[in-house]
Amino acid sequence: MMTAEWSITVAEIVIKAENLCFSYESENPNEQLPVLENLNLEIEKGSFVAVLGHNGSGKSTLAKLFNLILTPTGGNLYLFGKKIDEETMTEDEFFELRRRIGMVFQNPDNQLVATIVEEDVAFGPENLGIPTEKIRKRVDDALEIVGMTAFAKHSPHQLSGGQKQRIAIAGIIALRPDVIIFDESTAMLDPRGRSDVLATIEKLNRDFGTTILHITHYMEEAIRADRVIVVDKGKIALDGTPREVFSHVATVKAAGLDVPQVTELMLAINRDGIELPKDALSWEEGADAIEAYILKRKTEK
Amino acid sequence: MFKDITLGQYFPGNSFLHKLDPRMKLVLAVFYIVLIFLAKSAPAYALVFLFTVLLIAVSGISFITVLKSLKPIFLVLIFTTLINIFWNNGTTVLFEWKFIVITLEGIIRAITMALRIILLMVSTSVILMYTTSPIALTDGLEQLLSPLAKIKIPVHTFAMMMTMALRFIPTLLEETQKIINAQKARGADFDSGNIITKAKALIPVLIPLLISQFRRAEELATAMECRCYRGGGGRTRMTILHFSVRDFISAGLVLALFAGILLLNFYFPALIK
Repeated sequence: MMTAEWSITVAEIVIKAENLCFSYESENPNEQLPVLENLNLEIEKGSFVAVLGHNGSGKSTLAKLFNLILTPTGGNLYLFGKKIDEETMTEDEFFELRRRIGMVFQNPDNQLVATIVEEDVAFGPENLGIPTEKIRKRVDDALEIVGMTAFAKHSPHQLSGGQKQRIAIAGIIALRPDVIIFDESTAMLDPRGRSDVLATIEKLNRDFGTTILHITHYMEEAIRADRVIVVDKGKIALDGTPREVFSHVATVKAAGLDVPQVTELMLAINRDGIELPKDALSWEEGADAIEAYILKRKTEK
Repeated sequence: MFKDITLGQYFPGNSFLHKLDPRMKLVLAVFYIVLIFLAKSAPAYALVFLFTVLLIAVSGISFITVLKSLKPIFLVLIFTTLINIFWNNGTTVLFEWKFIVITLEGIIRAITMALRIILLMVSTSVILMYTTSPIALTDGLEQLLSPLAKIKIPVHTFAMMMTMALRFIPTLLEETQKIINAQKARGADFDSGNIITKAKALIPVLIPLLISQFRRAEELATAMECRCYRGGGGRTRMTILHFSVRDFISAGLVLALFAGILLLNFYFPALIK
C-alpha cells in the first residue's frame, strides 16, 4: 500500500499556452497589431482563476483564443492536453472543444436566442443533437443550478439583467462543459445582479468542480478567486493568489488597475507611520486589523 | 412603455383552439379559406357563417375584439361593396338615376363579397393569430415544411430567423426608446413640424439603432457558435409536437363542413353567377 502514500496528485492542466501570440491584421499589410506576445500560462482543472487587465490589455482576446473563436498567430495552445492545429483538426473536434469550454459574454441580451427561457437553455443541447428525453433533464438541472426554475416559462425580456445573465449561464451549463470562461459577464449588471451571478459562479466551482476563468475589472470579484492573473500589454504582469498579487501595488497600478479599496486604505495608514498588515483584501480583514491595533494601543496606555 | 408589448396578436388562453397542434391549425386554416371560396349558395354561406361564429365562441375571445380585427380592412370592405353595387350587369333594376343603375343582383353580389372577406379575415385570425403563440406558429411552420429541406430549401434557417426576430422585437423597442430619450436629452425635437421634418428628426434615432443592431448581430453569432450552433443539420428538439385526439376531431369537423357545403351547393342555386 506504499504506492497510495507515495503518489503525488498532479493537477490536470486543462488549458496550456506556450509562447502564445496573437495579432490583428491592420489595414497596412506590412504592419501587424500585436495583442498577445509570447504568453505562457497553465490553468489547472477545478481552479477559479480571475483574469484582470484594463481595456485593450488583451484579456478578452485570450478568452477568445481559449474558446477557439480566434486562432493563435504564433505559439502553441493545448486544450485538455490536445494541441490545437487548425489544419489537422476536424470540425467535430472543434465543436467538441467548444462544448467543453463554455463562454458567457458581457451583454446578456446578445446571448439569448429563444423567446422562452427554457427553450433558450435547450438551444445548446439541441445543437449537440442530444435525444429529446435527455434535453428536458439537462434544461431542468441547469435552471435549478442557477436558481431560475420558477422563470422557465417566462420570456427573456421580462427578466432583469442579472436574471438574464443567469439564464445565459444555464444555457452554457446545459452543454455540460469542463471549463467556463466569463468574459466580463458582470460588467453590465447592477450590484444585485452582480452578486447573484458571482454566487452562481462560485457555486459552479465549489459544488460541481467546474474550472472557472473569470475576466473582470472589479477587484472585489477578483479577490474571491484562488488565483489572479494580471494581463498588461499582451503579457502576464502578475500571477498568484489574490494576496500575493495585490501586495505588488506598483505593478498592479502600472497595469492600469486598482488594488482593492481596503488594501489602498491599509497602505495609506501605513504611510502615516501606523503599522498595519498591508495585505488585507476584504473589509472584514481590514476592520479586524484596525480593531486589533486600537485595542493594542489602549492596553499599552 | 414598450415593456408589455404583445407580440403579434396572440391572446393567451386555454381553449380547445389554443390547445390544437399548430401544424393542424395551419393546414385547417388553409382548408378553411378554400371552404369559404367554395361556398356558393345561401345555405352554404349560412353554414360557414355559423361555423365561424362557433369558432369565435369556442376560442373564448370576445366578439368585440374579433370585430376590431376588421378595422384595417374597413376601407377595402367599403370599396368592394360600392364597386359591386354600381358596376355590374344584373337585370332586376331596383333604382335608376341618370347613369347610376342599382340592381338586385348587384346588391346580393356586394353582400356576398363583403361577407366572404369578413369571414376570411375573422376565421384566419381566430384560428391562427389569436390562439397560436408566434413561437408555436414558427415551430409548426418549420415542422410542416421540413420535407422541403430535401430539395435544398433552408427551412430551418428561415424558422430560426423568424424566432430570433420575434425574440428581439421587445429588445429593439426598448433600445429605440433609450435612444429617443438620449436624443431628447440632447435637445432633439420629435414632435413638432410637418411629416417631412418629423421623418428627418428620426434619422438620429435610426442610425445609432442600425449600428447597434449590427454589433448585436455579430455578438449573437459568436455566442451561438459558442453554444455549438452549426445550422439545422443534426439538431434535435426539446419539444416535439404530437397530434392528439383533439386534432383529429377538428380535422373531422372541417371535413364534415366541407362535405356539407358541397352538398348545399349542389341542391341550392348559387348566389353569384
